[in-house]
Amino acid sequence: MKPLVVEKAQAGSWLRKLCQEFDVFGPVETKKGFYNWKRLDGTIVPHIPQGVAKVSIKTFFFPQPEVMFEFDARPTDPEAFRPIEPHCDFNPRVLFGVRPCDARSVALNAMPYREDPYFQRKRKETTIVAFLCEEGCLTCFCTLTGGSPVGIEGADMAVTELETGFFLEPVTEKGLRLLDYEFFRKPTAQEKSIAQERKKGAQKSVEDTASKLRSKDLMDLYNAHFWAAVAESCINCGACTFLCPTCYCFDIQDEALRGKGRRIRYWDSCMFPLFTQHASGHNPRGEKLKRVRNRFMHKLKYFPDRFGPISCVGCGRCVRDCPVNIDIRQVMEGLMEV
Amino acid sequence: MSIVNQKIGGEIQTIASSLLESGEVAAFLGYTKGSLPGMMRPYVARDSGEAGNLSWSSFCVINLANYLPALLRSVEPPRRPNEPPPEGQLPKVGVVATGCWSRNMVVQVQENQIDRSRVVIVGVSSRGMVDRRKVERLVGNREITAIEEEDNVLIVRGKGFEETINRWDAVRDNCKTCLHPDPVIYDELAGGLSGDRQIPDRFHEVEEIEALSVDERWKWFQEEISSCLRCYACRNVCPLCYCPTCFVDDSRPQWVGKSTDEVDTALFHILRAYHCAGRCTDCGSCESACPMGIRMRLFTKKLQKDVIELYGFEPGLEADAPLPLSTYKVDDPEDFIITAGKKGDQK
Ligand code: SF4
Ligand code: SF4
Ligand code: SF4
Ligand code: SF4
Repeated sequence: MKPLVVEKAQAGSWLRKLCQEFDVFGPVETKKGFYNWKRLDGTIVPHIPQGVAKVSIKTFFFPQPEVMFEFDARPTDPEAFRPIEPHCDFNPRVLFGVRPCDARSVALNAMPYREDPYFQRKRKETTIVAFLCEEGCLTCFCTLTGGSPVGIEGADMAVTELETGFFLEPVTEKGLRLLDYEFFRKPTAQEKSIAQERKKGAQKSVEDTASKLRSKDLMDLYNAHFWAAVAESCINCGACTFLCPTCYCFDIQDEALRGKGRRIRYWDSCMFPLFTQHASGHNPRGEKLKRVRNRFMHKLKYFPDRFGPISCVGCGRCVRDCPVNIDIRQVMEGLMEV
Repeated sequence: MSIVNQKIGGEIQTIASSLLESGEVAAFLGYTKGSLPGMMRPYVARDSGEAGNLSWSSFCVINLANYLPALLRSVEPPRRPNEPPPEGQLPKVGVVATGCWSRNMVVQVQENQIDRSRVVIVGVSSRGMVDRRKVERLVGNREITAIEEEDNVLIVRGKGFEETINRWDAVRDNCKTCLHPDPVIYDELAGGLSGDRQIPDRFHEVEEIEALSVDERWKWFQEEISSCLRCYACRNVCPLCYCPTCFVDDSRPQWVGKSTDEVDTALFHILRAYHCAGRCTDCGSCESACPMGIRMRLFTKKLQKDVIELYGFEPGLEADAPLPLSTYKVDDPEDFIITAGKKGDQK
């Protein structure tokens, strides 16, 4: 698909048009000083910050909570407890200003969720406009996870920011659809070569951590000597898993009030003791060490063994916001040395 | 490098190393350097060699008392659940404690969470810990690659900039209003003591909110918690939260919904705060741990103020003082109990 350019002066009009047709979301600075996903109204072209927004875009595909169905909970009603299709309240969406790691996380989550109707429907209705990175942050390590600052996996359109405007490369039909307007021009030869150069520069150091970890013996990694030390500092909260774009575990519950009920699917975390608590009272991961180990083993061994890539895109959110500085990069290093 | 903190760090290493070397303690809980600027990692040294990894800085924001009960259990001889501990002295652990952490240890002793005779406390007078998010804001939220600490300034570096900021400007709000930076109980000291501080308006953060109308206060509360993820970092990092099953996790009966529904999140925060009333030392761990920058510490601070006003009590200052919420006196104030009249009418 042929790239096009929208000049900076025209970008606002384009975004306004998109906002009329889609629900458009972008990273917006909050009062607390970080960026979070907010609905855009077309009055501003958001500044896309270096690095990722605070919360990942998994909220758009795996909302907290997902209403799976509703039901009437009055036992006197002959129709009681029959699932009712929930009221679906979203228009097709555009996520504007996604970083390549977050875009890739959607492609990774689609592996375990390949038959999940909720996830798949949202994915179908969502167009991801990925802004390629010129520069990473201290906590970025996409290249260690099989991604790249200029990667397009999971994206529907790739955007390179130039002095003159945005260099737009549609990746999928959904992405191409966003170029159905009159605001664009063909890129100049110079623009094309700048975009090309940036990609070449950024793609240099991609490492294949996944195949190295796949080749290791599972029990050797499981019994690695450092788990106790990692677990010792961990407070077993959900900060890492809830912020992580590739943590997709959930629990299901019925909520009923005054004759009405709904079944929700909400975020759960392998760091919580309740995650594995059996009805019998037995808990196979009853100790913190086992839970901490599971989070990393799932991402770095079980997932790659099953699906190929590791289940981490190197966004660095867990590194940045873990209250006690548990750093997955150090755990990865440790596992590579086993 | 901060001379004061470097000196404290060195003394912690020496004390920990000799405690471990002599076998006086089986483990020593302190801090080690983290992998990011402005981050320290709680750390347990188990031999004198590992004591060399201990470190001290203005970024030790997580209350170490939180780790003590589990650490004490971890050094006990293994035994089956419900089997009583063996006779005689169980192994001890060493721990670093600032003013508020030591006060939480007093509360832990009062509430039977730790055995004082098994803990060797190395007291440190806190100079006020720094909030790394304040540092970020002070340099315009630019990406920071290094923070160098001197006694009264922080030198903050990033790509293409170097700025020197006043350390006190970046100190956490709770530390700025702390009256007792010195440890209340200790067995050894690293660094000197500095004495109690005088802060006439230490509840100004709470008073500002109290001055608002009921509706404005509710709006403030809802806005403050609107981005809460229910990750429970604030709860898990707090030494007061040790219930085997927290009320938010209970499912029979289920007190609180599990997702980020507004009402459920509000209920979580209100109940958490009330469970800390008369026990919270305003250590600020919860606020420092929150990934979303939510100032839930102000909820407990309000209750701290109420407990002082109603019962004249501050937690953790005296080992044998009765705990206000588990003690009944005939003349206890009860003006806040709504007995009659219409909703919200307090008399
Ligand atoms: S690794 Fe960090 S963020 Fe994750 S559960 Fe442990 S303390 Fe919380
Ligand atoms: S594990 Fe950490 S770095 Fe990897 S994708 Fe999740 S939050 Fe990002
Ligand atoms: S509620 Fe917060 S400030 Fe109070 S003791 Fe717990 S962690 Fe410290
Ligand atoms: S740490 Fe912050 S986001 Fe997590 S539950 Fe507490 S207030 Fe909510």
